[in-house]
Amino acid sequence: MGRYLLRRLLQLIPVFIGTTFMIYALVWKVPGDPFAGKCGDRGCPDNFRALMTEKYQLDQSIWVQYASYMKNLFQGDFGITFSGRPINDIIATSYPNTLKLAVVALTIEAVIGLGAGVLTGLRRNGFMDNLVLVSTLFLIALPVFVIGFVLQWLFGVKWHIVNPTVSNEMRISELILPGFVLGSASMAYIARVARTSIAENRRADYVRTAIAKGLPMRRVVGVHLLRNSLIPVVTLLGTDLGALMGGAIITEGIFGINGIGRQVLRAIVTKESATVVSIVVVLVLVYLLMNLLVDLLYAALDPRIRYE
Amino acid sequence: MRVSKRASGALAVGAAFALIASGCSSGDSGDGGDAGASKDGAIVIDGTQPENPLVPANTTETGGGKIIDWLFTGLVEYPNNGGAPQNALAESIDTTDSKVFKIKIKPNTKFHDGTTVKAENFVKAWNWAAYGPSGAQNASFFADIQGFNDVYTEDPDGPDGPQKAPEPKAKEMSGLKVVDDTTFEVTLAAPTAVFPTKLGYSAFMPLPDSFFSDPAAFGKKPIGNGPVKFVSWQDDVDIKLTRFDDYNLRDKMKIKDVTVKIYQDDTAAYNDLLAGNLDFQQQIPVSATAGDKWKSDLGDRAIASTTPVTGIIAFPIYDKRFQNPKLRRAISLSINRQEITDKIFFGNRKPADSWANPLTPGAEPGNCTACKFDPTEAKKLLQEAGGFTGKLTLSYNADASHKEWMEAVAQQIKTNLGIDAQAVGVPTFAVFRQNINAHKMTGAYRAGWQQDYPDVENWINPLYVTGGSSNDGLYSNPQVDALAKQASGAASIDESHKLFAQAVKLIDQDVPSMPIYFGGQQSGHSEKIKKMELSNVGEIDITSVEL
Repeated sequence: MGRYLLRRLLQLIPVFIGTTFMIYALVWKVPGDPFAGKCGDRGCPDNFRALMTEKYQLDQSIWVQYASYMKNLFQGDFGITFSGRPINDIIATSYPNTLKLAVVALTIEAVIGLGAGVLTGLRRNGFMDNLVLVSTLFLIALPVFVIGFVLQWLFGVKWHIVNPTVSNEMRISELILPGFVLGSASMAYIARVARTSIAENRRADYVRTAIAKGLPMRRVVGVHLLRNSLIPVVTLLGTDLGALMGGAIITEGIFGINGIGRQVLRAIVTKESATVVSIVVVLVLVYLLMNLLVDLLYAALDPRIRYE
Repeated sequence: MRVSKRASGALAVGAAFALIASGCSSGDSGDGGDAGASKDGAIVIDGTQPENPLVPANTTETGGGKIIDWLFTGLVEYPNNGGAPQNALAESIDTTDSKVFKIKIKPNTKFHDGTTVKAENFVKAWNWAAYGPSGAQNASFFADIQGFNDVYTEDPDGPDGPQKAPEPKAKEMSGLKVVDDTTFEVTLAAPTAVFPTKLGYSAFMPLPDSFFSDPAAFGKKPIGNGPVKFVSWQDDVDIKLTRFDDYNLRDKMKIKDVTVKIYQDDTAAYNDLLAGNLDFQQQIPVSATAGDKWKSDLGDRAIASTTPVTGIIAFPIYDKRFQNPKLRRAISLSINRQEITDKIFFGNRKPADSWANPLTPGAEPGNCTACKFDPTEAKKLLQEAGGFTGKLTLSYNADASHKEWMEAVAQQIKTNLGIDAQAVGVPTFAVFRQNINAHKMTGAYRAGWQQDYPDVENWINPLYVTGGSSNDGLYSNPQVDALAKQASGAASIDESHKLFAQAVKLIDQDVPSMPIYFGGQQSGHSEKIKKMELSNVGEIDITSVEL
């Protein structure tokens, strides 16, 4: 187990260097002089552009730029944006916000998705099953911005139940609506995967044995059936945290949340390589660590899986 | 010119007017709100994250621009109704020849840090902004002043070439002289009648002594001399401002606190406005203007105003194919501007019919004869010009909402002239602007202009005079240049306007670009605000707000 973990952690290093360079090169390749468009339709004076180009080493080759970025990165300095803000500050303020939103979304989708999945998996073709089938189809078919705008308008503007946008304090109660919107599509998938998995295992020998032994139904479902059916669901949930964080651009925009989505979008448009790379690097780390965690959870859920 | 790259379409500006409270429940005969509620009142208005540190001479976009406008009071200010500028901090601006100006400022006005505003605060601020190595975005505004060329040097091969701009000879412009604490003298390189008008533009604001010791720190925590004092700025969240109690130039702010909430999405801001969490939104999102939804949502809290912004399609005159004025006129005449403003902008913008925006002093409505819709004449002119071969591209930056109207224009040209016209989106404004700067455009392209200061001069010199700062199409007509020079150096503003009118007649014959629409702004305020005005550029005038 220890060796496995060490090996997995060591694998992170080449992945880390590879992704940072790839992203840096991609943003570098985006055409356009970032300082040509900064002054509106009048255009920027040449002296301003010259000063900025020199300050941000934009006249250097990509190798020099990347090397100096990495050098600072290893000293814990992500660099500064074109408007002179330290990127460390941006990460420190926007990441916790996005993480909070993603965790709320993940919790909502796990609870509702799994609940619906278990209910429908045990009683297939009933009214509940059809209801969940139709509603998940609906959630999957609707783009997230439609769900977002509609729910925001209904709850925020029409019924005045919540504020349309999230305040800077990011209270959990304010995050329930955006979290639901963000997690809605995944919730539908989880419900469907859980349903199939439960339905399949329902017919497995060990379940029949457990029932034949006279175990109470709660124990059959809660311990034997659910635990074995959870592996595909955990896989989905685990990789979803990264996807939710990276994919929150639209939800963050609709609900006015100051998260990484807004920052990445702004940085891509203004060709701010350092910001894009810094934010994505942290996101890559989240993905890698979540993947590792999911793999370790497999062993916990299914004793047949061993890592050595 | 402050057209934000993201919102150049949405950026609007307004002829000012007062809003009389509708929901005033007390039914008193007063024209505004309740003084008690206003006194300690606070409002939340919408904004965007400033793209640069808040230094007046280095702010060209709207997010930071409006904060700067509130924090500072200049020598002159532009009245909300769009009329001629009035003295604000200036006691008097005297000149006999429009070349040497003796400027006397009002004594005993304070910066927010308690220091007195002195003549040298202007001189030092202007010298800093003009000095090339400072890299200020608004440096070119000081080009009128004698000695500018000694402090600002051009890079011989442009910013993309290997050479660097040579170190300027001097650090200070020879045309600026401090006489005493409240007087300074400005000598211009050439007579410029409009110079006093320019002084209200944000580049000309005074800066306190503390700025010069640490410009970077100042940009994060600006100290102005205006009616509103800076409190704090949390990036991407909000900017907090409060009343400056020692302000003595004109009316103090009636309310106490203003929070500028930074939004990423204007629909989110609009929903906050509807829910009563936001007190003012300067530009209602396009989605709400369709079918006049915003008017039914907001009722008499909806404010429609016109703005000194013109949407233009410019020709690259450096391209051989566009050098025949008859061809340019033919294309311009084939565009039905009324139809575009009605169908695409739901009547919220107006069809352009003059070269300078009609809200500008000195502008003459209806002086663009090339802005008419006359397909027969257009066809005739096209024939006389020998037709147009190949594809006519109309480019725009696709990162803002320009696609619809540019495509409509292309379609009209195609239908009315039979030219293979096509609207082409360039992904980002940065690439678009870079190509325009480098004079690499191969077809007509979208441009926009918002006046920096209210005078017709600002619509001619930068755009249509040889070497003008935004004459990107390289249009050049010696007669226009001569008239514009004469007009700029005229002894009085009236005379200047007359001469500019003559220059415009020539421009109208040449059609170097095609004005398409005049800007309009749709704003809304909350029930809490009982009275407010918009400034000449459509920002909320926060000193006028009453609750």
